[in-house]
Amino acid sequence: MPKDGGIGASSKRREDVRFLTGAGNYTDDINIRGQAHVFFLRSDVAHGTLNAVNTAAAEAMPGVVKVFTGADFEAVGGMPCGWQVTDKHGEPMQEPRHPILAHGKVRHVGEPIAAVVADTLEQARDAAEAIEVDITELPAVIDMKAAVASDDVKVHDDLTSNLCYDWGFVEENKAATDEAFEKAAHVTTLELVNNRLVANPMEPRVAVGDYARGTQDHTLYTTSQNPHVIRLLMGAFVLGIPEHKLRVVAPDVGGGFGTKIFHYQEEAFVTFAAKACNRPVKWTSSRSEAFMSDAHGRDHVTKIELALDAEHNFTAVRTETFANMGAYLSTFAPSIPTWLHGTLMAGNYKTPLIYVNVKAVFTNTVPVDAYRGAGRPEATFQLERVIDKAARELGVDPVDLRRQNFITEFPYATPVAVEYDTGDYHATMDKVLALSDRDGFAARRKESEAKGKLRGFGINCFIEACGIAPSNLVGQLGARAGLYESATVRVNATGGLVVMTGSHSHGQGHETSFAQVVADMIGIDENMIEIVHGDTANTPMGMGTYGSRSIAVGGSAMVRATEKIIAKAKKIASHLLEASESDIELKDGAFSVAGTDKSVAWGDVTLAAYVPHNYPLEDIEPGLEETAFYDPSNFTYPAGAYTCEVEVDPATGEVSIERFASADDFGNVINPMIVEGQVHGGIAQGIGQALLENCTYDENGQLLSASYMDYAMPRADNLPEMTHYVVDHSCQTPCTHNPLGVKGCGEAGAIGSPPTVINAIIDALQSGGHKVDHLDMPATPARVWAAMQG
Amino acid sequence: MAQVTMTVNGKAATGDIEGRTLLSAFLRETLNLTGTHVGCDTSQCGACVVHVDGEAVKACTILAAEAAGTEVTTIEGMANADGSLNVIQQAFQDHHGLQCGFCTPGMVMSAAALLKENPKPSEAEVRDYLEGNICRCTGYHNIVKAIMAASGQDVAAVAAE
Ligand code: FES
Ligand code: FES
Repeated sequence: MPKDGGIGASSKRREDVRFLTGAGNYTDDINIRGQAHVFFLRSDVAHGTLNAVNTAAAEAMPGVVKVFTGADFEAVGGMPCGWQVTDKHGEPMQEPRHPILAHGKVRHVGEPIAAVVADTLEQARDAAEAIEVDITELPAVIDMKAAVASDDVKVHDDLTSNLCYDWGFVEENKAATDEAFEKAAHVTTLELVNNRLVANPMEPRVAVGDYARGTQDHTLYTTSQNPHVIRLLMGAFVLGIPEHKLRVVAPDVGGGFGTKIFHYQEEAFVTFAAKACNRPVKWTSSRSEAFMSDAHGRDHVTKIELALDAEHNFTAVRTETFANMGAYLSTFAPSIPTWLHGTLMAGNYKTPLIYVNVKAVFTNTVPVDAYRGAGRPEATFQLERVIDKAARELGVDPVDLRRQNFITEFPYATPVAVEYDTGDYHATMDKVLALSDRDGFAARRKESEAKGKLRGFGINCFIEACGIAPSNLVGQLGARAGLYESATVRVNATGGLVVMTGSHSHGQGHETSFAQVVADMIGIDENMIEIVHGDTANTPMGMGTYGSRSIAVGGSAMVRATEKIIAKAKKIASHLLEASESDIELKDGAFSVAGTDKSVAWGDVTLAAYVPHNYPLEDIEPGLEETAFYDPSNFTYPAGAYTCEVEVDPATGEVSIERFASADDFGNVINPMIVEGQVHGGIAQGIGQALLENCTYDENGQLLSASYMDYAMPRADNLPEMTHYVVDHSCQTPCTHNPLGVKGCGEAGAIGSPPTVINAIIDALQSGGHKVDHLDMPATPARVWAAMQG
Repeated sequence: MAQVTMTVNGKAATGDIEGRTLLSAFLRETLNLTGTHVGCDTSQCGACVVHVDGEAVKACTILAAEAAGTEVTTIEGMANADGSLNVIQQAFQDHHGLQCGFCTPGMVMSAAALLKENPKPSEAEVRDYLEGNICRCTGYHNIVKAIMAASGQDVAAVAAE
């Protein structure tokens, strides 16, 4: 029986009404009286020495307020990196300076060289054309292996090489892992590429800086997933503004997918320029600009080896990965191929020995950082592709090979430093096989063959680690931030509540699902609760939303704060009811004395808290407002099994997805409708990666996919039709270490789907007699067709 | 600068603009109708779709001057007269056809144009029509559902076929 409110109900989203009527408040909708506009002149070469930037002609153009170059920022800090990785020799990674505007050199196409502030955007753009830039172009280095093999072209002259770090994990396991490979009955090897992607939230980035001369207060409005993080990084490390003089507001944000986590130069620029020009300064990215200035995602080149014994038990996994950092270190870039990737290489399997080597490389490309899944899709793709290949080489069923090696006992400590608290991988496998009607596949393959098509079935399992934690551990791993979350619950006199959370919602529906949790705890209507987020001026310090952390970490903080509220409210109720506090029960929004019919309503207690006439003032303070900070004791480990059926047209290489099924274990689910929506979105991005999306550079560092004309976004007709598409989250092993038993669902679809699709395509090609072991993504018709030609 | 006048959401609207001003910019900047969004600069994303004389048009592809004298409807003009969500908007909420909301105005305007020309579209027809609207959040599944539901079709029955 579906619930009609509270935890487990598919409550309709309250935020929808404003979005459906054009009443949202996105950053670009904010216009401040007197604002000027900035246009960034960006490098059109990938690598060059910046000899001179002459702005005199531009300064004289109509409407121009001021023109800035890198020289204007010599006194302020560079863009900070929020994670320091230690290499396999115990040395810190190489960390280059990252200026706000290029100084001395340009290192990627799109790097800002100068910024024109003018009355209108058109005037700023016109004036930028009058800037004379003298650049001596240098050879660019784009290919990661070439960048490591030779120092002929160095992205950063002051670093010793193009290698940011060479990371071994777990270094102590290396010798034993090598030995296991020597003893293996069978070794399967696979070389693959995890294609470079552009996150492409539909709302381009925007930043508006404002400065109040009278009070010396700075305000930044920005399209961010984590306004407090921006306030800390920009205030403390870039501009030197104390946090109490800096307010960061991220209002309605039109999608993030990781790329709006990071602190960007444009944010620092408008904040700096608003004071320098004594006018609000606004920047709105165009989509073309977004392609060359938003941090990109993925871009790994990997060799993975899987060792098996004679009974087909996995005995060891060994990988070597080259991970592209781009020209500079974006905020969390170093952590993605290491702590969010190496730690996941056990997958769902009890492989006893694992060794992961990652070489992070500087190239003359846009910085690369987290994109939905961030490290976990890369880990899953390698592991699940090599397992599929092993099954084929050994002539065994890929489902059976996986099942035989599943972890079945929890908690389970992997050899890559994490401990899974709970899970049931056979359950999700059983579920997805039933949903996908695998038994009927042979008949469907025959039907496809009758039409001249090849049909394949792909299976994939995955584990992810969400809600990255705890803070003291991540600190040891190199994080320069904590990873707790916060909530303040303010109860008003008439019983309504305002929850101020450090999480941020940019499509996830927190305003609805967070309210469901609190409503459930107190037993009141969801509409009595307002969720406030996105403004550092009225929310407690929080770390924002990414890594599927909001309900697991932010939700837990909110539960803890609400528990404090309830505890205090019970004290007040016990006074009003003249009963012992231990006898007070809260149910359906009323406090009652156990075993009696004496009760007092929620609203009477909240009123007493603020009009404390009949109130135990000697024991407790008036008012009803509590804050909690929650630091998780472990990651959460959602897991799932996905299947996909594709048809391949051998004449053209075209792939169509005929069926898709997912069985996810997210632990407890707060709002099933929202959770399913998250999975749909993740799967669409994963299918996009598998079939369509590819960010490419030519050898000179020119970005070839710089608009929607050249970067193929998934459209409605690229995705499976509803008849044979099902997402399921009924397998639930609740998280054991957070109060809601939740695990997080935001990234699962993007992690689970790419290998599912590729496994299905390989199966289809093999069924047609094509000896194709692997296809790199995206599996475009041209690539599939070429592979079939051998 | 030149003056243009058009009817927007049933009311006369006038503004002084440069000749190069796009209709999307005129709506957003001059009229402060910020529900029409701009998601690209190559006429690919559809976040900016409005109706001009009843036809769906990407507002980033025409000059405001070209729309002079026309009747323009934007997302702000789509709700029922009493302010409640219209059938399409309600279906988007009921079927969770939006997440971040950025593509949503364009989606709703495209959906309205589709249902005007094809009152009972099949799933394939809906997907085909949405070729010009990109959504990065929803995977389209629930948008397609919402549009079919708004056309009076039983989407649960369609999915079970
Ligand atoms: S803004 Fe008009 S199509 Fe993208
Ligand atoms: S709802 Fe976010 S782009 Fe469609």
